[in-house]
Amino acid sequence: MGNGAKMDHPCDRCGKPATIYLTEITDGHKVERHLCEDCAVAEGVAIKAEGPISKLLEDFILQNSDETGELQPTCDVCGISFSEFVDKKLLGCPHDYDVFSKNLQPILNSEHGSATQHIGKVPHRAGSDQKKQNSILRLRSQLRTAIAAEEYERAAALRDQIKELEKT
Amino acid sequence: MTLADLTRHTGQWLRGAGARNDVVISSRVRLARNLAGLPFLSRCSIDQQRELEARLRKEVLEARIDKSAFYVDVAAAGSLDRQLLVERHLISRQHAAAKHPRGVAISGDEDLAIMINEEDHLRIQVIRSGLALGEAIERINAVDDKLEDRLDFAFHSRYGYLTACPTNVGTGLRVSVMLHLPALKLSGAIKKALQAARDMRLAVRGLYGEGTEASGDFFQLSNQTTLGKSEQQIVEEFSERVVPEIIRYEQTARQALLRDQRPALEDKVFRAAGILRSARLIGTEEALFMLSLLRLGVVLGLVTDVDLATVNELFLVTQPAHLQRILSRELSGQQRAQERGRLIRRRLGAG
Repeated sequence: MGNGAKMDHPCDRCGKPATIYLTEITDGHKVERHLCEDCAVAEGVAIKAEGPISKLLEDFILQNSDETGELQPTCDVCGISFSEFVDKKLLGCPHDYDVFSKNLQPILNSEHGSATQHIGKVPHRAGSDQKKQNSILRLRSQLRTAIAAEEYERAAALRDQIKELEKT
Repeated sequence: MTLADLTRHTGQWLRGAGARNDVVISSRVRLARNLAGLPFLSRCSIDQQRELEARLRKEVLEARIDKSAFYVDVAAAGSLDRQLLVERHLISRQHAAAKHPRGVAISGDEDLAIMINEEDHLRIQVIRSGLALGEAIERINAVDDKLEDRLDFAFHSRYGYLTACPTNVGTGLRVSVMLHLPALKLSGAIKKALQAARDMRLAVRGLYGEGTEASGDFFQLSNQTTLGKSEQQIVEEFSERVVPEIIRYEQTARQALLRDQRPALEDKVFRAAGILRSARLIGTEEALFMLSLLRLGVVLGLVTDVDLATVNELFLVTQPAHLQRILSRELSGQQRAQERGRLIRRRLGAG
């Protein structure tokens, strides 16, 4: 599959100017396709660029650094780096499982075997989805910073947000 | 019930009853759980740890899991009481030794213990006599459901219940059995049997869990895998495939000893009984070894005037903290050896 841009071609799906040009070879037949960014995302062939380029780079660096490299993924919620985990053998917060997912994979494989998708019990309690849990964690860490910096108005607002989230 | 009453009872799991009780002392299951929206324990501030302890203590006791449950504030307990709880397998050695705010809720008959602020926010365990993992998992699942009604646990659609150490993630379930394997030890086949267990991805530990060498002839076997299998699968594989195989090894070794080396076996058993009935000074380690041989003699029908429950109880009450609790005073090593001897002689009816 080739991946490039050809600006003067309309999108095969919606007719908007295509920005992605694909060459697929399926069963020996060459198929050329032209897609705009939205349709490419919809078909799962490209990842939509969101936010500033610096964020993308940061994500890329985080995903590509390893235990030996200088670049260490660090959890934005509890603040531990992967090497701190390696050192203490304990993670800092539930969010670490997402932040370090790539680095943790070999450890999970050696401890649990090749199947690392949970298939056991699921909490029956509603509203405990992962996104919410992580938002609460992040808000709590912001709350701590706000209190330390004596930003009480901000702290009060954060506290209300946490309470609101915990209720739902 | 309080901590002080403990030594006057025998935990349900030590009564010597249950399936395969000739080899299996007890079955234990434990679940690791953490609250959502909070760091794991080691990353909590001291204030957060204090709040967690207070909140979890309240929720656990209000969940009405057991009518006669009681709570021990482990951080406030003296070292002898903490040691007592370790000897009774109600808390881990790590939980006893830690410094931060922590505690344990214990059911009236000690089959359930919920440690608060251990490595994870909650460590729930159920212990039963003999091979009874099915019953134990049913009980712990019901306890977990009751707690889940009140608490929001950290859970991930891919990784399951999230734990401070990734070795527990997924089900958070550790299943273990305490086995008495004296014949395998005597015949020298123990290494091969334990290697076979390790090949089946099991961990082998001593009498008091992680970091303890197998003392005497007691071995604790537990599952390593907690992720990628259901609770049911973990329990079934463990109690239907792995454990019966080791039990069969031990039983075969016992029969071989009876058949081929009966005089030598009887000599060992009756010498042990003789020492236990007459020693004036006996240390923890020696008592453990001698009681192990006596236990073998009892289950093989060689010794007929002692019952299994008495032997099982002696394993517990001869431990240092128990002895001191029973006598209600602190004892030096020499005094303990003397009191241990006296206690054993009395319980075995030797005056």
